[in-house]
Amino acid sequence: MKAFKYLSPESVEAAILFYGEHSETAKYMAGGTDVIVKVKEGWMEPDYLISLKKIQEMGDLHKNEATGELSIGALITHAILEKSLMIQREYPIIYDAVSNIGSLQVRNVGTIGGNLINAVPSADGAIPLIALDGVALLHGPEGERSCKVIDLFIAPYQTILKPGEILKKVTIPPQAPHTGSGYTKFGRRAAMELPLIGVGVLLTLDEEGKTCTKARICLGVAAPTPMRARGAEDFLVGKQITEEVLIQAGNMAADESRVRDSIRGKAWHRKEMIRVHVKRMGLKCLALIHDKS
Amino acid sequence: MTTISFTLNGDEISHEVKDHWTLLHLLREEMGFIGTKEGCGNGECGACTVVVDGLAINSCLYLAIEADGKHLETIEGLAGSDGTLHPIQQSFVDEGGIQCGFCSPGMIMSSKALLDGNPTANHEEIKHALAGNICRCTGYVQILESVEAARDQLSGQLSDPISNQGGECHE
Repeated sequence: MKAFKYLSPESVEAAILFYGEHSETAKYMAGGTDVIVKVKEGWMEPDYLISLKKIQEMGDLHKNEATGELSIGALITHAILEKSLMIQREYPIIYDAVSNIGSLQVRNVGTIGGNLINAVPSADGAIPLIALDGVALLHGPEGERSCKVIDLFIAPYQTILKPGEILKKVTIPPQAPHTGSGYTKFGRRAAMELPLIGVGVLLTLDEEGKTCTKARICLGVAAPTPMRARGAEDFLVGKQITEEVLIQAGNMAADESRVRDSIRGKAWHRKEMIRVHVKRMGLKCLALIHDKS
Repeated sequence: MTTISFTLNGDEISHEVKDHWTLLHLLREEMGFIGTKEGCGNGECGACTVVVDGLAINSCLYLAIEADGKHLETIEGLAGSDGTLHPIQQSFVDEGGIQCGFCSPGMIMSSKALLDGNPTANHEEIKHALAGNICRCTGYVQILESVEAARDQLSGQLSDPISNQGGECHE
């Protein structure tokens, strides 16, 4: 592996200063499970690796019980999310997604922030955060700014982050009662695999638990970047959710997707799987809402 | 070079490292702990699995310099000083969980981290924990049986009514 100098600042400000000193020759690293592979393969050739691991404020996971807002520091590993009882209970869509990323060895080290910034079209970590209306907090040489998680992505492997900018955390606004959510990673094998398609669905029903008041249908590997099937979402709002309605929403989501043929699978197959899994995840949402009430 | 300190299988170690060394490089090439294997070198196969602060990790993707202050466990730490195999190692032998042996240190360290944290892990939990360890001899059935046998033996030791009674007598 190419030699580099390792820097480990203890604050975001110090990290940005290091970046300013070395600019293009420096790269940020969180868990490193992607960055180290890229350096080994020669796809990335930094003279300086700025590790973010010692920045305490980026390693915080907590839910503000007063406001209901969930805050996920960018350094939180997939394994921490997977093991959190609060995540398992209240954010099943996050649990579904992170518990099947890579292997346990990768989940123990790889972070949710790194998963987002890596910006692969299949980013399992991004889909649930988009479905939950997550907001990303960025900090760079010109100060802080925030954006919706879905707006982080421009193209495969490309985000809106400017040089020197760091993703600090993602916040999830409070969830309405009678909300259910789920994510399916559909691939040829369960582990160590990128999905053929990723489908995340979130549904909120009204007080009586009948009419849909909010719907999110988020798809991975269905376009160059993670996408929402907004037509299908709009279709669901105001309706009583039945299997028949979910089948129609699945068809609409498949039509909205921009799937393509790749080495992992054909476009027609991906579309069929979107149909199937939008319905299945919709039914899972209903079952979760039913269980809670 | 930077000097880092860590414990390796209970021994306190201080070692000079270069910033770009992986933990796998430090263990194998610099310290001679060659029980840990390099398979793919890209975090796909799990042959290089070691345990850091109780968590199974791929040492090929982990920088040595980040092991500073950590507690490391490798396959060399499992057997007793007289050569007595650890119960997980013994059950891999007894249940035929080993063929060529190349994946075994990684398999066993993943199993160790799992059973240390979850002594009653069920079949599905074992599969989930070992999903990142690939065996090219494809002896997965025997490997899963080995971990289950080790779990039964280790948890039996914990809950054995006779030894528990003995413990109480001494108190």
